[in-house]
Amino acid sequence: MNFFGFGQTADIDIVLNDAETRKKAEHNSEDGKKDKYFLFFDGETVSGKVNVTLKYPGKRLEHNGIKVEFVGQIELYYDRGNHHEFVSLVKDLARPGELTQSQTFDFEFTHVEKPYESYTGQNVKLRYFLKVTIGRRLSDITKELDIVVHTLSTYPDLNSSIKMEVGIEDCLHIEFEYNKSKYHLKDVIVGKIYFLLVRIKIRHMEIDIIRRETTGTGPSVYNENDTIAKYEIMDGAPVRGESIPIRLFLAGYELTPTMKDVNKKFSVRYFLNLVLIDEEDRRYFKQQEIILWRKGDIVKKSMSHQAIIAAQRFEGSSNPERSHSQSAEDDKS
Amino acid sequence: MNPVVADTRRLNSKPQDLTDAYGPPSNFLEIDVYDPQIVGVGRNRYTTYEVRMRTNLPIFKLKDSCVRRRYSDFEWLKNELERDSKIVVPPLPGKALKRQLPFRGDEGLFEEAFIEERRVGLEQFINRIAGHPLAQNERCLHMFLQEETIDRNYIPGKVRH
Repeated sequence: MNFFGFGQTADIDIVLNDAETRKKAEHNSEDGKKDKYFLFFDGETVSGKVNVTLKYPGKRLEHNGIKVEFVGQIELYYDRGNHHEFVSLVKDLARPGELTQSQTFDFEFTHVEKPYESYTGQNVKLRYFLKVTIGRRLSDITKELDIVVHTLSTYPDLNSSIKMEVGIEDCLHIEFEYNKSKYHLKDVIVGKIYFLLVRIKIRHMEIDIIRRETTGTGPSVYNENDTIAKYEIMDGAPVRGESIPIRLFLAGYELTPTMKDVNKKFSVRYFLNLVLIDEEDRRYFKQQEIILWRKGDIVKKSMSHQAIIAAQRFEGSSNPERSHSQSAEDDKS
Repeated sequence: MNPVVADTRRLNSKPQDLTDAYGPPSNFLEIDVYDPQIVGVGRNRYTTYEVRMRTNLPIFKLKDSCVRRRYSDFEWLKNELERDSKIVVPPLPGKALKRQLPFRGDEGLFEEAFIEERRVGLEQFINRIAGHPLAQNERCLHMFLQEETIDRNYIPGKVRH
């Protein structure tokens, strides 16, 4: 019936119950464009309404069933056909039959597990979405609504600094130090580079943030390195005994939490690359992994009860950071 | 709740020794290629250059050395380094084969402008390579810079710091 343009069809609209109050988060699409999506956390309920609007009033819509799914899946770009679903929930909205008029269906996926963070990368994508399907003989009518999931962590119990002496024998010895090994996404990397021996002519020094995305397993592992940031920390030639400070604010860069072996399909890791460049453009570098994690926002009283329960799991207990006024006083002494 | 601001104060470090701060740097290395002289007669003439190195790097035996080298000596050094080390050796100025052909309107290989151009290229080459930490380990570099003549039958090897 569709071939002649007279068949009935429908528009599907998915509306979340808390669309007015729920926060949205920005997320990159595959082609680099940014868009805003509703933000969810692990354990939160996903509920809403599905509005099915018939295109031609008066005509019936015959169907093989209407269902709504909540899906979490990993898609490897080199293997698009295979989607690896790690979360898959279904709710039937209507048994096979027919719709004589536009209709609204309620749905609720209670306390849904969302174990991983949404990620759109160079070779892999992890996404969560709601999908409504109106089953029909020839072609289903579907509608998807993407959501974004963030995974939150608390301040780690152990967060030792990274301190190491490296160099080339009798040519260049440095000691580098970064104040922590685990940083949250809005944190500051505070460190220093101490020169023990300088027998080469250094022209400048920079620190790069590199993201390494690893996809595939076993023999077909593929690593893709991206330089997210290049930050010059020294211009000019240092001598022995000089100490160069590092203060790198992470909030200015597009970073995600460190993800290790997500569903055994991919990893996203971050490295600091300290690069020294000499007068003849020779590069000397030292790479060091850092763990990035996402800190939850401060809980506000107006948040819904549900969200409070979710957030309470992730609030930091002991807070090692000092307040602004105290550190200003310390600076004066 | 107070908004929390990260502690961004500098990490502690040892104060620098003043002799280190104001003394000569430990990376002093300067090589001059100058004073081109034409040696020999007729068809067997060639140009030599003075190669003077001043340094305070401990790996070099002499802190001030002066030797005479010709273009083919630089070629020899480049070949030795390419064979024995993993370094990507910088390029030499051109071989100028055309200039060696007869019936040229000018002085050929001994044209003043050409010699100057070559001198500059050789100076850049030797400064680039002598500052390379890996090249500093090669016997051929030390022989080139600090021994009066190059023994082409030498035994290639590494110099230990």
